[in-house]
Amino acid sequence: MAMTMTQKILAAHAGLPEVRAGQLIKARLDMVLGNDITSPVAINEFEKAGFEGVFDKSKISLVMDHFAPNKDIKAAQQCKQCRTFARRFDIDHFYDVGNMGIEHALLPEQGIVAPGECIIGADSHTCTYGALGAFSTGVGSTDMAAGMATGEAWFKVPAAIRFNLTGSLGKWVSGKDVILHIIGKIGVDGALYKSMEFTGEGVKSLSMDDRLCICNMAIEAGAKNGIFPVDEVTRAYVKGRVSRDFAAYEADPDAEYEQTIDINLSAITPTVSFPHLPENAKTFDQIGDIAIDQVVIGSCTNGRLSDMAVAAEILKGKKIAKNVRTIIIPATQQIYMESMKRGYLEIFIEAGCVVSTPTCGPCLGGYMGILAEGERCVATTNRNFVGRMGHVDSEVYLASPAVAAASALTGKISQPVE
Amino acid sequence: MNTQGFVHKFPDNVDTDVIIPARYLNTADHKELAAHCMEDIDPQFIKKVQPADIIVAGWNFGCGSSREHAPIAIKEAGVSCVIAKTFARIFYRNAINIGLAILECEEAADKIQPGDEVSIDFDTGVIQNLTRGEQYKAEPFPDFIKDIIDKGGLLKSLR
Repeated sequence: MAMTMTQKILAAHAGLPEVRAGQLIKARLDMVLGNDITSPVAINEFEKAGFEGVFDKSKISLVMDHFAPNKDIKAAQQCKQCRTFARRFDIDHFYDVGNMGIEHALLPEQGIVAPGECIIGADSHTCTYGALGAFSTGVGSTDMAAGMATGEAWFKVPAAIRFNLTGSLGKWVSGKDVILHIIGKIGVDGALYKSMEFTGEGVKSLSMDDRLCICNMAIEAGAKNGIFPVDEVTRAYVKGRVSRDFAAYEADPDAEYEQTIDINLSAITPTVSFPHLPENAKTFDQIGDIAIDQVVIGSCTNGRLSDMAVAAEILKGKKIAKNVRTIIIPATQQIYMESMKRGYLEIFIEAGCVVSTPTCGPCLGGYMGILAEGERCVATTNRNFVGRMGHVDSEVYLASPAVAAASALTGKISQPVE
Repeated sequence: MNTQGFVHKFPDNVDTDVIIPARYLNTADHKELAAHCMEDIDPQFIKKVQPADIIVAGWNFGCGSSREHAPIAIKEAGVSCVIAKTFARIFYRNAINIGLAILECEEAADKIQPGDEVSIDFDTGVIQNLTRGEQYKAEPFPDFIKDIIDKGGLLKSLR
């Protein structure tokens, strides 16, 4: 029977010749991820269930990124619990302050995830690694605990929606605009329980950072995973990062999709998602004057080097608007260092921005940029739910780094001009 | 297995950020989490909710973050079941894995009103609205998932 790319990876990891949509399977895991928020719950469950060991210490990643460097005593206790667990089982991929980054930027960068692999993470944005051609999905802490103990997880094999990409992106348009456009089109549950498979001749024009951003927000359409085919862009990215063998799966030509949606990349323009759902996507012809108080450029969605580069290009030699606070967060230590070498950090600071060590902090309203009542923020993050970045009466507008940087300069939601 | 309780009703797309805001995720303590359950969508919820009460909601309940703290907070607050038109997939998994009862039923979600008294038979998926004298039918779980629930959650089912 013909299978989608996702179904092929799942079949291989379930040890089955084929699987079909709706089938319940147990799959072997190549990586189990947790962070400083979800791992403590998993560790408590792991210990309560009386497990004595982990299935493979090289296939577990614990990343202290959400409330680290610790924002308060309770957060410090949670990181301490993770640290103790990592030492007890000698976990290879334990990332703490000093070498950590935001998990979904860090794992691909460090070659910890690779094409063809089957990955779960106790973080909803684990779907990011589909950009590499992996099956990767977010789960909860109990699934993480079971995964660490047994190296397996249960899945219902998903049906798929195919996104047939054509054309290529214009200047100042990025993967973020593509995924906001798609979520605007299909809604926050438009891909519920399903795979979003990106195919077509437009794929080759998308950089790995664009693909990572697009797959990152597959969950915001309710999807189980997002996935790109493995091509030259993928191979160039993993070269020097992944030293182990990996498999490049391809969808069968006659694979069944519930729906095919054509996306012309050339026609996409800068897109902003208005409060309080990512599906409230608008283009600039629909956006009037909206004054803002804060800009955040960073997160697992848009804290990568190309995001820093585009922000630097727009902010270079300019000053941000009075009364706007701009917080820029390179997602990993490597991105931070490279941004420093390339002079981006100097550009940011001279423009009047602050630059932070890697952290998820403001994206989920943890710390490092919490909004007061009535305040508005343009953020390159992934969610604009009620209270997401602070007060229940604050507002988050989701946008690309280009739009966020341009908005920082004008003090209102703006698109970059030549 | 059965339950019976009074209904608290919520809209579509209730996300896990409003179920348990991230500012409280610096703890994994179930009671502390429950104390802030639904705080950013209904600050009075935790004062009103009684043991065995039932949450009824629309499409895509539990969307957003994977935080298991969300079903934990709901369960610890005393809620005996969540009925929704659909659940976001991570919330669905998490609820099953920790033993919070959930049912998908569009008709029930449309017809049940806040404050209605409802009883549920989990074996048959039959939902009785005692206040309105109505009956709705939810899809029962597949056997694989029933087995996890019957054994008291995922980790117990693995032992």
